Amino acid sequence: MSFNLRPGVTSISEQVYGLHMTIFYICCAIGALVFGAMFWAIFHHRKSKGAVPAQFHESTKVEIIWTVIPFVILIGMAIPATKTLLAMEDPSDADLTIQVTGSQWKWHYKYFDQELEYYSVLASDWGEVNGKLSKRANYLLEVDRPLVLPVGKKVRFLMTSEDVIHSWWVPDFAVKKDANPGFINEAWTIIDKPGIYRGQCAELCGKDHGFMPIVVIAKPQAEYDAWLAEEEAAYQAKQAQELALVAMTMEQDELMSLGEKVYEKSCAACHQVNGEGLPGVFPGLKASPIAVGDVSKHIDVVVNGVPGTAMQAFGKQLGLKELAAVITYERNAWGNDTGDLVQAKDVVAVQNAAQ
Amino acid sequence: MSTISEVHAEHDDHHHAPRGLMRWVLTTNHKDIGSMYLWFAFAMFITGGAMAMVIRAELFQPGLQLVEPNFFNQMTTMHGLIMVFGAVMPAFTGLANWLIPMMIGAPDMALPRMNNWSFWILPFAFTMLLASLFMEGGGPNFGWTFYAPLSTTYSPDSTALFVFSVHIMGISSIMGAINVIVTIMNLRAPGMTYMKLPLFVWTWFITAFLLIAVMPVLAGAVTMVLTDKYFGTSFFDAAGGGDPVLFQHIFWFFGHPEVYIMILPSFGIISAIVPAFSRKKLFGYSSMVYATASIAGLSFVVWAHHMFTTGMPVQAELFFMYATMLISVPTGVKVFNWVATMWKGSISFETPMLFAIAFIVLFTIGGFSGLMLAITPVDFQYHDTYFVVAHFHYVLVTGAIFSIMAAAYYWLPKWTGKMYDEGLGRLHFWCSLVSVNVLFFPMHFLGLGGMPRRIPDYALQFADVNAIVSIGGFAFGLSQFIFLYMVIKCIRSGEPAPAKPWEGAEGLEWDNLPSPAPYHSFTTPPEIK
Ligand code: HEM
Ligand SMILES: [Cu+2]
Repeated sequence: MSFNLRPGVTSISEQVYGLHMTIFYICCAIGALVFGAMFWAIFHHRKSKGAVPAQFHESTKVEIIWTVIPFVILIGMAIPATKTLLAMEDPSDADLTIQVTGSQWKWHYKYFDQELEYYSVLASDWGEVNGKLSKRANYLLEVDRPLVLPVGKKVRFLMTSEDVIHSWWVPDFAVKKDANPGFINEAWTIIDKPGIYRGQCAELCGKDHGFMPIVVIAKPQAEYDAWLAEEEAAYQAKQAQELALVAMTMEQDELMSLGEKVYEKSCAACHQVNGEGLPGVFPGLKASPIAVGDVSKHIDVVVNGVPGTAMQAFGKQLGLKELAAVITYERNAWGNDTGDLVQAKDVVAVQNAAQ
Repeated sequence: MSTISEVHAEHDDHHHAPRGLMRWVLTTNHKDIGSMYLWFAFAMFITGGAMAMVIRAELFQPGLQLVEPNFFNQMTTMHGLIMVFGAVMPAFTGLANWLIPMMIGAPDMALPRMNNWSFWILPFAFTMLLASLFMEGGGPNFGWTFYAPLSTTYSPDSTALFVFSVHIMGISSIMGAINVIVTIMNLRAPGMTYMKLPLFVWTWFITAFLLIAVMPVLAGAVTMVLTDKYFGTSFFDAAGGGDPVLFQHIFWFFGHPEVYIMILPSFGIISAIVPAFSRKKLFGYSSMVYATASIAGLSFVVWAHHMFTTGMPVQAELFFMYATMLISVPTGVKVFNWVATMWKGSISFETPMLFAIAFIVLFTIGGFSGLMLAITPVDFQYHDTYFVVAHFHYVLVTGAIFSIMAAAYYWLPKWTGKMYDEGLGRLHFWCSLVSVNVLFFPMHFLGLGGMPRRIPDYALQFADVNAIVSIGGFAFGLSQFIFLYMVIKCIRSGEPAPAKPWEGAEGLEWDNLPSPAPYHSFTTPPEIK
């Protein structure tokens, strides 16, 4: 582990590192003086050595000196700090804009001017967390879909949130900005070196605050372009596939097995693997009025979320097939046994009704 | 002088002191109330400490072993709330109750019945807060800063209990503060001018004004949380036209002065102890008073340094950076003055002095990390990491708590009439000193290395340092039982203490009162030349 701040890979992060070290050294010097004088007094002006107390207890001159000198030192610190801060807070003339949206507990990245957006969630297995599997090297610092950025371009981030306050932090870029619900914050970076950079959410955002990592892969422009083209194509193919799904009917086995996977990835964090929820915090689904009641109400809750609660709208996060599967799963797992099979077209019907 | 006071003591016993439990429930005596505050604070210190031990046990290794993440958040929240409102603040109020009347030559606090109330509502507030842990959904889990909307829309049902208990704590603090101000303004002995007040009295006088200024702000903030959560308002909800960042402005307008409320009385304590054991007058009395006042004044204009990452106009960031840096000037003056007091003194190292010296060094380290945090562009990197946790524990534990310990040792002979066991005191000191640094110093490295605060589980690279920190935590926790044992031993079987057990001590409480101090401090005010 590094015991100090890292210089990072942007010119801003290097300036920040420089400031950090300068102020650290100044503090060390002042500390050496003050503690030095104190320990000198402790050793030499000890009663047990027969020291006789002096009578002075005031000196306007020294008191003025030790008010003015720190003041001057502070001005010396404030000047470079001001310069760096002004540079940091200037997101103008960006080459590329990414919207970063936090929610409990995942990040959503949207590339402006491109047809591409996706969610990024923790990739460490819960088995690793509770000690059933051995932990991989980047335990808690790995995600299923990292953010990919080009090297040497000014990237502007627009931060916002769908529920509580999160904070997007990548130490190597010296970027940390809160994602506030209902408001947009700006930040920017120019990454100097290709590589993989890791960070974490830095604002207490609820139960899984510790499980909200950020991974950024910085690629040279050509590689980045190739990656982007590929992702956009895949994104469009996926949209087309979604349309085709509406006409299809899936079997119970397929729905249930896919549904279980989706449930564990997207729902179990709150409603728990056994569907019992956390009493008083997150409602259980086992035998709940919604999960065994009217199907379209159930679909509506999953697709559109419940405003003002922790229940997010999963309509955008999951594909039609996954939505159909997970709702089917919820209606038939843990002894819910409604026998209902939900198909993609049922989901679409609810989506259309909402519009 | 002592004969006169002894006659008074007997006389008091006849008329004023009921016996048994009711003595404590109905008491209006500043010494009884002071003792109750101190015992209550110690109980809360142990309770909050137990929660810290849960946190450190969970963080001993990466992975989740002992508690659920949601319960972990309840523990950090309750730990913070209990330490701030249950341990440090009541301990200072207890010291104020015991010492202010004795130091200014007054018989008691000015408003004794209110004094009784301001203590007795506290146990109810904390019972309510602790009880919320057993409600369905658990206790508060949103950090002691309870940022909206986590504390409104997304909070557990027990939030109402949290809000009411904070209201009660606030009322208690305000009543305590009013009492301090009225006592100091009205009950000073003849000749005790403001510029002759002992520094402990001065620092509490200023603290009391801070309390009265900011506790209503906290009350407002929690009330807005309450109405947002239960009555459909949307102060902090963007969907209803509110703003979650507004919450943080309100909270920190309270919160920043609050951290000075938790340190200013320490300055007064250290300014009494260092001269006593250096056998030399405090260096720069009047600049100490002015420095305290300027710290208090500045504390109102720096709140947003807790919120640099929330997104503010760059002009505001610059202003808050400069103002925050400025605070280090008067703080520095204080440290320099203490060192100058020791300089060419005749120093001895009884336990109170050991704690006072440790205070000066470790509080200054906390001050240095504070200065680093003030530098906005770098604060972006430190914010909400363990670097911050290290910083505020250096000022709160090795600052506030160490000064309270120092005060307890220093005045214990005056309170109990008995001497404490110096060997146990030193043992307590050295165990605390070593363990507290093993506990908090490595946290700086965790923060710089990139570990966020308030997480129940962490990446593998932080494992070794976290294990060390946890060991320091357990050792520090255990060390505090030496203190408890020392106090009990002192009360039950200490050697009788003379009126002035410390050669260099100065002040009315040493020169004009016997040990133990009589039930009513000064029935006839002493004359001050
Ligand atoms: C036995 C000694 C102590 C230990 C081991 C300890 C440990 C901790 C830990 C591990 C945290 C959580 C940090 C995080 O993840 O955010 C914490 C938070 C905190 N502690 Fe302590 N602490 C101790 C004593 C104290 C004392 C004496 C005070 C007050 C005077 C205090 C005040 C706080 C506050 C205000 C917080 C922030 C709570 C929050 O994040 O909401 N602690 N402490
Ligand atoms: Cu988060």
